[in-house]
Amino acid sequence: MDWQAIALSLRLAVSTTAILLALGLPLAYWIVYSHRRWKFLVEAVVALPLVLPPTVLGFYILLAIGPRSPVGALYAKLTGGLLPFSFAGLLLASVLYSLPFTVQPMVAAFGAVDRRLIEASWCMGVSRAATFRRVIIPLARAGIATGAILSFAHTIGEFGVVLMVGGNIGGITRTVSISIYDQVQALNYTAAAHTSLLLLGFSFAVLAVVYALQRRVWAIWPVS
Amino acid sequence: MAAAADLQFALPQVLAQFRAANTGVEVSAVYGSSGNFYSQIRNGAPFDLFLSADMDYPRRLAAEGLAVPDSLFKYAVGRIVVWVPAASSIDVDGLGIRALESDAVRHVAIANPQHAPYGRAAEAALRSLGVYDRVAPKLVLGENIAQTLEFVQSGAADGGIVALSLVLAPTVKNQGRYWEVPLDAYPRIEQGGVILSRARGSAGAARLGAFLKNAPARRILRDYGFYAPEGR
Repeated sequence: MDWQAIALSLRLAVSTTAILLALGLPLAYWIVYSHRRWKFLVEAVVALPLVLPPTVLGFYILLAIGPRSPVGALYAKLTGGLLPFSFAGLLLASVLYSLPFTVQPMVAAFGAVDRRLIEASWCMGVSRAATFRRVIIPLARAGIATGAILSFAHTIGEFGVVLMVGGNIGGITRTVSISIYDQVQALNYTAAAHTSLLLLGFSFAVLAVVYALQRRVWAIWPVS
Repeated sequence: MAAAADLQFALPQVLAQFRAANTGVEVSAVYGSSGNFYSQIRNGAPFDLFLSADMDYPRRLAAEGLAVPDSLFKYAVGRIVVWVPAASSIDVDGLGIRALESDAVRHVAIANPQHAPYGRAAEAALRSLGVYDRVAPKLVLGENIAQTLEFVQSGAADGGIVALSLVLAPTVKNQGRYWEVPLDAYPRIEQGGVILSRARGSAGAARLGAFLKNAPARRILRDYGFYAPEGR
């Protein structure tokens, strides 16, 4: 079994999830509570990776982070490195690819928080930031956890985007799904079967946790 | 038919000639990695003819009873080149493969040697020309030879070792410069095809197989940078 690829996928998934949590919480908050008329456009952009084929996304990302693009040129200027075929480039691609998986459960959870509780908190003089931290986040924690777990799992299973932008470098961009693909291509079916089985077990465990989380919440706070 | 990705540009020309001469036969081609097609065919993919980028996959299919016995034929010998974009400062004309050792080259794209015949050839050439140790840390692997070229075209990789047949295509020709790797620097990329079992008795498949061995097809393949195989 390709432990190097498994370790890399885990590292990528943990980093992606951490970034998405930091990015997703304010974004989801804005989507739920903003009154901007063009909000629907932002929602559409966030949901795009759900609809776009990973190959399209990967192709655009490769062009967008290459040394000839403004983003790639800026990155090269700042760090002296290149984004394509690097862990940082893969991380950027993963964050974009899993964005809806983090943001959408959070939006649903924030939207379900009783508006009266939030307004009561504001009336008692608690700031918006503190209300978000002490009222909304605790009440929406199941949705936040779901978003985090889904983006983690989605990154582990990411294939098309990695194939398009990764370049298949051992320990840097050869993730577990690419490693399985290589094993199948090299007719190494036994190794592919072992790694695949591991991923199957992992995916089932993740989904079981997601559904278990949702059940517990329903038991404590029944939907009225 | 299933065809290796290096045939992407040459084969449509061959097929156009074939269609003109055989109006009763319908043929369409899918391009991809030979190893991938091999797995798909073993699992029942509905192809009548398979043109691989090597001899090994078709030979295996014949041995496994998935191809029409004795239908194995060689149709071309592939050539590899070191390719850089036209605007690149890398001196591939003067330095040949040694140009890839330069510090200005940060990523070199080759096809995945695990399952792409062109990847195996590229790796062998790097080794036999004595630059492998310096180039190995820069290698990025394309899924097939066409994606390998795309890595360089997009600017993500600085140079690559790709099939001459792709580089000579009209759309690619003016985009870059190349240096051909000497044929004795890597094992010959003999490319073979087979008629698959489901096309047993099909006159169309037999005619196409024969057509690929004829002079007009050979001429087109030569124009696209393939050598003719020795013998049949």
